Amino acid sequence: MNLVFDIAWTHVRYRVRQTGFAVAGVATGVGFSIMMAALMQGSQNDFTKRLVNTLAHITVSDERRNPPAQPAEKMFATAEIHGLTPEARRPGIKNPLATMAALEAWLPGGIGPSVKVQAIIRYANHDVSTTVTGIDPRREAKVSELAQQMRGATLNALYRATNAIVIGDRLSEKIGARIGANITLQTSQGARITAQVVGFFHTGVRQQDESTAYVLTKTGQILAQQTGLINELRIRLADPLKSREVAARVENDTGYKSVSWEEAYEDLLSTFVIRNLIMYAVVGAILLVASFGTYNIISTITHEKARDIAIMKSLGLREFTVRSIFVLEALIIGLAGALVGFLLGYLLSRALGAVKITNPFIDSDHLPLAYSYVHYLLAGFVALISSVVAGYQPARKAARVHPVEIIRGAT
Amino acid sequence: MSERAAKAASAAPLIEARGITRILPGIVPTTLVQGIDLTIRTNEFVAITGPSGSGKSSLLYLLGLLDLPTSGEVLIHGRATARMDEEERALTRLTMLGFVFQFHFLLPEFAVLDNVMLPMRALGRLSAEEMRARAHDLLGSLGLGDHMNKRPDQLSGGQRQRVAVARAMANEPPVILADEPTGSLDSKASEQVFEVLRDLVEEHGKTVVAVTHDLGLAERMDRHLELLDGRIIGDEFHHAPVRAGA
Repeated sequence: MNLVFDIAWTHVRYRVRQTGFAVAGVATGVGFSIMMAALMQGSQNDFTKRLVNTLAHITVSDERRNPPAQPAEKMFATAEIHGLTPEARRPGIKNPLATMAALEAWLPGGIGPSVKVQAIIRYANHDVSTTVTGIDPRREAKVSELAQQMRGATLNALYRATNAIVIGDRLSEKIGARIGANITLQTSQGARITAQVVGFFHTGVRQQDESTAYVLTKTGQILAQQTGLINELRIRLADPLKSREVAARVENDTGYKSVSWEEAYEDLLSTFVIRNLIMYAVVGAILLVASFGTYNIISTITHEKARDIAIMKSLGLREFTVRSIFVLEALIIGLAGALVGFLLGYLLSRALGAVKITNPFIDSDHLPLAYSYVHYLLAGFVALISSVVAGYQPARKAARVHPVEIIRGAT
Repeated sequence: MSERAAKAASAAPLIEARGITRILPGIVPTTLVQGIDLTIRTNEFVAITGPSGSGKSSLLYLLGLLDLPTSGEVLIHGRATARMDEEERALTRLTMLGFVFQFHFLLPEFAVLDNVMLPMRALGRLSAEEMRARAHDLLGSLGLGDHMNKRPDQLSGGQRQRVAVARAMANEPPVILADEPTGSLDSKASEQVFEVLRDLVEEHGKTVVAVTHDLGLAERMDRHLELLDGRIIGDEFHHAPVRAGA
């Protein structure tokens, strides 16, 4: 066995209690870090998954991101025109079927046309502002998981009645409408229809479940008071993480504003960055506290072993060798702490996952947890680094011991 | 003068001290040794005596490169050591010098065999089998063959000191520096350790420099240096070294 390892291993092995406490400190830090990471990552994943599943990955609306350039601006590069009243355009996407066909040629996913109308739902003295989307149930499976999110009926129920409507379960609770109820939809343009509730859906995103309703495209067009209107194309991608770049290409191809789910929820997603920063700060703090334990044990060992250090140096061991012994001891403590911490972290995560909770914001009655080897590697890596850093200073000090001073003191 | 002692007196210098002075800095600087010139030759058996605080151990540490002189220089085999860095001094100690202290200073968690192998492992020139065989031989020759796997706290004081001698001999250095090697032992154990040191000189051709308070032992060595207040006040060659029982 290597001399440095042999001495380091013997030192930590002969101090079972002290080593045990130091290892326990690191293990606790690693364990709780893993548990926290699992919880935060789990809740983030759960939320993101819900967002991705609920929304179309890309929504192409009949708006333009920037107003079209004026003829003078096109002609003269230096011309800049401000304050013009925007041109009143006929709503809707021009030639939606042709646009869809062009996009389908390259789009890695499905696309579906829809009509989006803002309306007020009136029922039993409740007036609730709602986004009503006219859809084609046969194409809907290509662009959303609405079919799987239906409760009490299938999406095909929309064909069952004239002006059939499916509403979010929270919306139904809010207005007290059950299946078969006839509700009134009224738009700001004055359109008014009576629709029959044929089903509910539950996405898990409160905003959606509280203020969204689906009707057939035809019904949506009646509400919008425009025959043949398609004012939204909804796209679902095979890989939702590519939605930003695909949206940019769609916008470039069609000229219509294309918003990816990431852009739509940019503010929300940016809070995850802050959440992660907080998580890493807390994890770092836990491991920092644990590293104090390592510093303490290495300092104690070097103090107790001052005479042995002096004797090793008098025999001819180099400073580097002596320093390596104590740094290695810190590394052994860090490694043992990390391994025990892995087990502790896993058990803590399992225990946390077994706790039953009731939370209106999540569907599951258990906390969402993410089990990722990255959490283990990260916590283990930080534990090792902090242990080595904590052990280095006392090791360096020990290696610089002047043997004569110690030998004189001992004789 | 014995034939060996006569040879030693004419041998090449092994350790030379040229005007070495060691002053401990502080509010009141303390002079440990002052202007010492000394030549120690191959196969000499040298005693350093003097009252407490006379600078015996300090001189030994300077000769053994454990300490650096404030002025003057120490040469080992004719090579100046003043400009050696820490690495070179460590290597010189490892290969040229063996130390035995008043208290055995063995590593308490390691077995006797491991303690003896420590300098060999630090030097790393032998295979594990060769190191083990050499440690076995050394311990066997010092009568510790049955104690190789014991820890230091399971041995008597004399046995521990003999283990320390074996450790000092591990890398076969030409010089053994002993600081009060019998200081903490009873008379019987002292005699055993002295015999071991004398054997190193007579049988193995080593040079032994030993600090001692025991004038009886000093009289039995080849050469007797006497220190007072950091200066050599006596340097006596015994023409007919007194051997035990003689």
